[in-house]
Amino acid sequence: MTSSLIDLAYLVAAALFIIGMKRLQSPATARRGNQLAAGGMLLAVVATLFLHPILTPVEMIAGLVIGGGIGLVLARRVEMTAMPELVAAFNGFGGLASALVAGAEVARYLPGPDGVTTAAVQAAPPDPLTAATAVTVVLSILIGAVTFSGSFVAFGKLKGVLSGNPVLFPGMRLLTLLLALGALGAMGVFVAGTPDFPAEVDPVVIGGLVLFGLALILGVLLVIPIGGADMPVVVALLNSYSGLAAAATGFVLDNTALIVSGALVGASGLILTNIMCEAMNRSLLNVLLGGFGGDAAAGAAGPAASAEGKTVNATTAEDAAILLSYAQKVIIVPGYGMAVAQAQHAVRELADLLAEKGVTVKYAIHPVAGRMPGHMNVLLAEANVPYDQLYEMDEINGEFDTTDVSLVIGANDVVNPAARHDTSSPIYGMPILNVDRSKTVIILKRSMRPGYSGVENELFFAPNTRMLFGDAKESITRLIAEVKAL
Amino acid sequence: MLENLIIFVLASFIGFEVISKVPQTLHTPLMSGTNAISGITMVGALVVAGMVGGVWAKWIGFAALIVATINVVGGFMVTDRMLQMFKKKEPPARLEAASEAGTPTSSPSSLSQTAS
Repeated sequence: MTSSLIDLAYLVAAALFIIGMKRLQSPATARRGNQLAAGGMLLAVVATLFLHPILTPVEMIAGLVIGGGIGLVLARRVEMTAMPELVAAFNGFGGLASALVAGAEVARYLPGPDGVTTAAVQAAPPDPLTAATAVTVVLSILIGAVTFSGSFVAFGKLKGVLSGNPVLFPGMRLLTLLLALGALGAMGVFVAGTPDFPAEVDPVVIGGLVLFGLALILGVLLVIPIGGADMPVVVALLNSYSGLAAAATGFVLDNTALIVSGALVGASGLILTNIMCEAMNRSLLNVLLGGFGGDAAAGAAGPAASAEGKTVNATTAEDAAILLSYAQKVIIVPGYGMAVAQAQHAVRELADLLAEKGVTVKYAIHPVAGRMPGHMNVLLAEANVPYDQLYEMDEINGEFDTTDVSLVIGANDVVNPAARHDTSSPIYGMPILNVDRSKTVIILKRSMRPGYSGVENELFFAPNTRMLFGDAKESITRLIAEVKAL
Repeated sequence: MLENLIIFVLASFIGFEVISKVPQTLHTPLMSGTNAISGITMVGALVVAGMVGGVWAKWIGFAALIVATINVVGGFMVTDRMLQMFKKKEPPARLEAASEAGTPTSSPSSLSQTAS
């Protein structure tokens, strides 16, 4: 009776997750959807707490309070610009939790540190591990640990603690391969050891611990070769892994709630990964092999020399303000540079000023602008830009021909026309925003340094381009002052 | 086991179906929201840590419970914080939305009026 009540609660929770995710299809219903999903989670937790025979309620409540408190503080304190790191960190926690739960499932057969099996275990000895369960345990540990360490490397790269450049060293691929084989071996030892398990603990325990360690190193090696600009793909993929890890843990515990939710999240992460890859015209494998972009590519670039001898039209805030004020239509193209400079509020203010002067202002958002899927949208939403002024690439690309001024703020590769015609360019074939087709392009940029792909941007040398050098936020603040003064 | 596999496959299909219609503008909240859902492992942590008496299992499960709860509570909260910022044009009629948004969004409300 109790057990079917729990299953019923899990079913309702899973239904709430699905309905909640469905409501994310529109910004108008999204917040309610997230609350529904949170309600589903609460239901699942409460049902587990009250309907399962919990032996140690005090510890459990303490755990919930500690974890909940940390989560609450992190969620409240975070700056919107730091969202990619936070999502990566939460992802890592989810992966670690899955690996630990699978580990605990095995550990419950073990005697305590003093070698004594507790009375509770003696009273109700757990069922023996089957080979099928053992396979799901090793999968949980593997996926969970890779998600954990990989997510924290991504966290470090996004936060700037680790270099955003791809880190590669000789023999790295070989080392990764050997470690993967080692992990497979450890999984084999673990599974092979299960038939005699509670009697003979060593193969299973050692196999499990070695697997955990190797998986942690693997997670690091898989993410460090990937450059900063490819982080949207990595974060999305790790998101998918954390779902798969939860699902694998669900198989271990024979728990439907975990399997359903894990599958949903796994699918969601995969879709996002796919969208990000398509937006860069690169295969997932190409992204994961890494080494794309960063200083190394810039140094080695032969074609960069062709840029020399071309002239760049630098402009002043005063001239740019005149161009903007007398335009009929302005399209703003934000990129990672806007996030770094925290310029979203200033951008909004400038857009409002222009709108007052009768200029039509729209925002064009490239799918991989920023460091995570939808990064720009969140920042602009924070600055109170209504979401119906934000346009996706396909919606707005036809409009650049009739646009007077495109204002590019800290974006680079996503507006590089070389992607359309230069077959030798590493970003050839990547869909871009066609800002070069507008009458004038104003580019806010700190210096002439190339973007993360390490590719020279021919747009900077185009006759209809004006470069406004400086920090994005300062430049926009100056623009605002000049527009006001007109 | 087979039953579980069936559930897994069917749930994946539902996931693909539902998520592929989420617009680009909501991709970040989608990620952090689904991320919070993947913290469902906390249920698993409660089960293993709470049900059995083994000392190792209890403490490993306890650690799992803490990290999973961080993921769930933090994930849902931060998603909510993001989603409350997504507004259509003309927001003045919705005063309750503005007053709820105690966090950084409230300051530029004067701007939103100049826009309209």
